Amino acid sequence: MKKLDRKQIAARLARDIPDGAYVNLGIGLPTLVADYLPKDREIVLHSENGVLGIGPRPAPGAEDEDLINAGKEPVTLLKGGAFFHHADSFGMIRGRHLDYCVLGAFQVSVKGDLANWHTGGADAIPAVGGAMDLAVGAKNVLVMMEHLTKEGQSKIVERCSYPLTAAHCVTRIYTDLAVIDVRAGDLHVVEIVGDLPFDELQRLTGVPLKHLATAA
Amino acid sequence: MIDKFIATAEEALADVPDGATIMIGGFGNAGMPAQLIEALIAQGAKGLTVVNNNAGNADAGLAALIGRKRVKKILCSFPRQSDSWHFDKAFRAGEIELELVPQGTLAERIRAAGAGIGAFYTPTAFGTRLAEGKETRRIGDTDYVLEYPIHADYALIKADRADRWGNLAYRMTARNFGPIMAAAARITVAQVRETVPLGELDPEVVVTPGIFVQRIVRIAPLRKAA
Repeated sequence: MKKLDRKQIAARLARDIPDGAYVNLGIGLPTLVADYLPKDREIVLHSENGVLGIGPRPAPGAEDEDLINAGKEPVTLLKGGAFFHHADSFGMIRGRHLDYCVLGAFQVSVKGDLANWHTGGADAIPAVGGAMDLAVGAKNVLVMMEHLTKEGQSKIVERCSYPLTAAHCVTRIYTDLAVIDVRAGDLHVVEIVGDLPFDELQRLTGVPLKHLATAA
Repeated sequence: MIDKFIATAEEALADVPDGATIMIGGFGNAGMPAQLIEALIAQGAKGLTVVNNNAGNADAGLAALIGRKRVKKILCSFPRQSDSWHFDKAFRAGEIELELVPQGTLAERIRAAGAGIGAFYTPTAFGTRLAEGKETRRIGDTDYVLEYPIHADYALIKADRADRWGNLAYRMTARNFGPIMAAAARITVAQVRETVPLGELDPEVVVTPGIFVQRIVRIAPLRKAA
């Protein structure tokens, strides 16, 4: 079974971000998407800590500790970029001004519920950051994750067993096996990686999938 | 005459009482008022409630304040980090209370305090365990959670430049929580890289007007020897 690696998932997702979009890339895995955004499109990256227009990583030695992203990594600013305070930054998020956010996930339900902030473990110290704001605020919530857990269980589930980040928020799921849209409580398979048969994807996923014949 | 310049960080924080609520600006190292936090540690106030996005990193700053058991409660969005060992230890020992707040709700609760708002409805966290026990309301086709402002006795923030009226200009993403915390606290202490004569800050670049700032401490070394 052919599987995309994390960079390939990021590259696949990046292809779907249109020219002119305002986008927030979540910390961790989603940050990889920035490396694959098509160069001929003007895409404005937002970060929770008060910046629009994030550019590439700075050259070694050119880092500035006052210019970082939400993952606290040094970044650069593109021409046309802007700074603002935290309340304005989250006003942009909740106020539905962002076209896309890209988030990782522990689980996504058939209804588009997202669980990505807490494993629910009694001993776990919870941390939520901006995930709940992004999940309710962005016009399109794109999730990138591995399709299966290390134990082979589907991360796309009937109901999330982990604590929710937000209900009914996920627009599209990009995994190492498929691209799946969440539409009115149904999961529509947009694309399957390699020559994995739909029936096999259905078996691995467990919850009902609808097959869209159209390849993106 | 208005002169908000204070000679030292120690002097600026001398009156912080035990049990005070203190907002601390910064996101990562950007905008973190490191010298003010050091002065707060030296000052000795305890039983503090701290408002910050995180719960301290490594061994300095907020982490050191927590490590010395001076913080009884923290309101933040992201306490758990690879190097948040002082918080982790205090939390697991039951020595510190955590109020976990989604980052946008944290920012808006701070903003609301400074803006005189009694409470507000936000869609963030509806239907999650962070909204358990909170009042909710459906407005139109959206469900909201009622959230209350966070007021503070002190805000410790970092800005780039200030004049003696307390007008502040920031540098890049070091702005983060500074402007909203300045408005939310009764006494705002700003550490700045540079102080300038009145009139030298272009009014168009002043992000935090001096009305929100009570004390200014210049931390950067002098550029010229006396």
